[in-house]
Amino acid sequence: MRLPVQLVLGTVLFGLFLAAALLSLVWTPFDVTELDIAHKLAAPSAAHWLGTDHLGRDMTAMLMAGARTSIAVALLAVGIGITLGVPLGLAAAARRGSLLDEIIMRGNDLIFAFPSLVIAILITAVFGPSAINAILAIGIFNIPVFARVSRGAALTIWPREFILAARVAGKHSARISAEHILPNIANLLVVQGTIQFSMGILAEAGLSYVGLGAQPPTPSWGRMLADAQTFFYAYPRLAILPGLAIVLTVLGLNLMGDGLRDLLDPRLRRTVR
Amino acid sequence: MVRYAATRLISLGLSLMAASLVIFAVVEVIPGDPAAFMLGMNASEETVAALRDELGLTGSLPARYLGWVTGMLGGDFGTSYTYRVPVSELIAARLWVSLPLALYALALSTLLALPIGMLAAARRGRATDYGIMGLTQLGIAVPNFWFAMLLVVLFAITWPIFPAGGFPGWENGAWPALKALTLPAVALALPQASILARVMRSALIETLGQDYIRTARAKGLTEGQAIRNHGMRNAMIPVLTIVGLQFSFLLAGAIIIEKVFFLPGLGLLIFQGITQRDLVVVESVVMLLVFAVILVTFLVDLAYALVDPRLRHTR
Repeated sequence: MRLPVQLVLGTVLFGLFLAAALLSLVWTPFDVTELDIAHKLAAPSAAHWLGTDHLGRDMTAMLMAGARTSIAVALLAVGIGITLGVPLGLAAAARRGSLLDEIIMRGNDLIFAFPSLVIAILITAVFGPSAINAILAIGIFNIPVFARVSRGAALTIWPREFILAARVAGKHSARISAEHILPNIANLLVVQGTIQFSMGILAEAGLSYVGLGAQPPTPSWGRMLADAQTFFYAYPRLAILPGLAIVLTVLGLNLMGDGLRDLLDPRLRRTVR
Repeated sequence: MVRYAATRLISLGLSLMAASLVIFAVVEVIPGDPAAFMLGMNASEETVAALRDELGLTGSLPARYLGWVTGMLGGDFGTSYTYRVPVSELIAARLWVSLPLALYALALSTLLALPIGMLAAARRGRATDYGIMGLTQLGIAVPNFWFAMLLVVLFAITWPIFPAGGFPGWENGAWPALKALTLPAVALALPQASILARVMRSALIETLGQDYIRTARAKGLTEGQAIRNHGMRNAMIPVLTIVGLQFSFLLAGAIIIEKVFFLPGLGLLIFQGITQRDLVVVESVVMLLVFAVILVTFLVDLAYALVDPRLRHTR
């Protein structure tokens, strides 16, 4: 079986940043909390491969640690969305048309009315800014996304014969959802997870850009862009590098998502007629 | 149609009520004593008590909630603690920046995306299609505020066609104001247009495979005529859904983009509100944003029924 081109390309792109993020846990070329004002705004050199920022911090190290922040925030937010959204969606599908279904779906609609930025604003206004807020804000926004996807997909599985067989065998609807429905919608959830992951990276960047996400000294790509704004014209490198890091990571994840969809669900394969 | 609109209207009211309860709970219940929270740790007991009186925090929670909601219905959003002016005045001034910006971006994105999506669908599987799909894939991945920074360097500094930031106000003529909003709107519109063009393309390709299009072609219509007369209307449902969803992203995006261009919009107001712990401002602006999103969802629901008569009779 041939792997879709997008999947390979996307995995390589994203893998690069994931590797940089993982590597930053044990090693970065310089300490990201160490300020070196004497060497601020230095051009790329043998010592500082991508130069330094306005506080003399090494750009390579900042980008690596920024990858860690972005990926961790987006990944945890997807985790929140899946752990809360999928069971809700499955429960709604199992009790289709019931009061429970109605409550879950209306609850979803309600959360949809709060864009993650608005959730982040609310949380930050009351608890102060932190990376946790960003995780919560994006995570909460992910819940209805996963609930809808899993409810919709589960509804197409419920009328199938093997479900009927399981019911005849006396299995409870919660057990049927876990043992028979979930494995059948897992592919779809993986694809949706990849999409939400990439949206999470973008959202995290936006939140830390406006100061609602990770706080200094924790490096994050959005924060780096906010810092670069004043120096952008004189030192375009400072803004171009973190921007490109975001674009390439998100592009990689989106390509992965498209590729995975093609690979896992041939019915959804993009038909070129 | 009237019945459909009425049920949608009821659900609009319920959503607004639920949303306002959530916002009230987060802003006024979770911090415990909002007055103490707003003044910080060093405030004396008398000052806190005075502010509590001023904000009307002495009543019971249900009474305060009702007071807040009925006030808003009458256009009274409370008085800002830091600005010492009615919040409605603060919002009104800034709404004239944020709302035109979001609408400008929505218009740009729709005008750009629909023809591009149609072109890609018409040329599906050919080089044009692959080119467009590649570009939109890139467009989706670009953070709008970063794109905005690039636009400033290109079109405000290198070639000074547009202002790099600030807002002259509408009272100095529509042209300078629109000019100031152009780069922000373009920055906001690009990622949205990329998504919309892809949706338009796949919706149209899906429609073009239908029997009625083949029938239309068999009657002697050209492909272009078949698309215009029969394809478009059917492809509009998913497109409308996305346009509606995009409005909330555009409004949120506008708040972020305002920071790049130093635009005195709702974003600036809300971020100042957060730093100064002005909960009255935060609460009201958030409610307004959520109201906008819920209202657009309602309008999209109505638009569905206009596009697809079948929907008017369901439920």
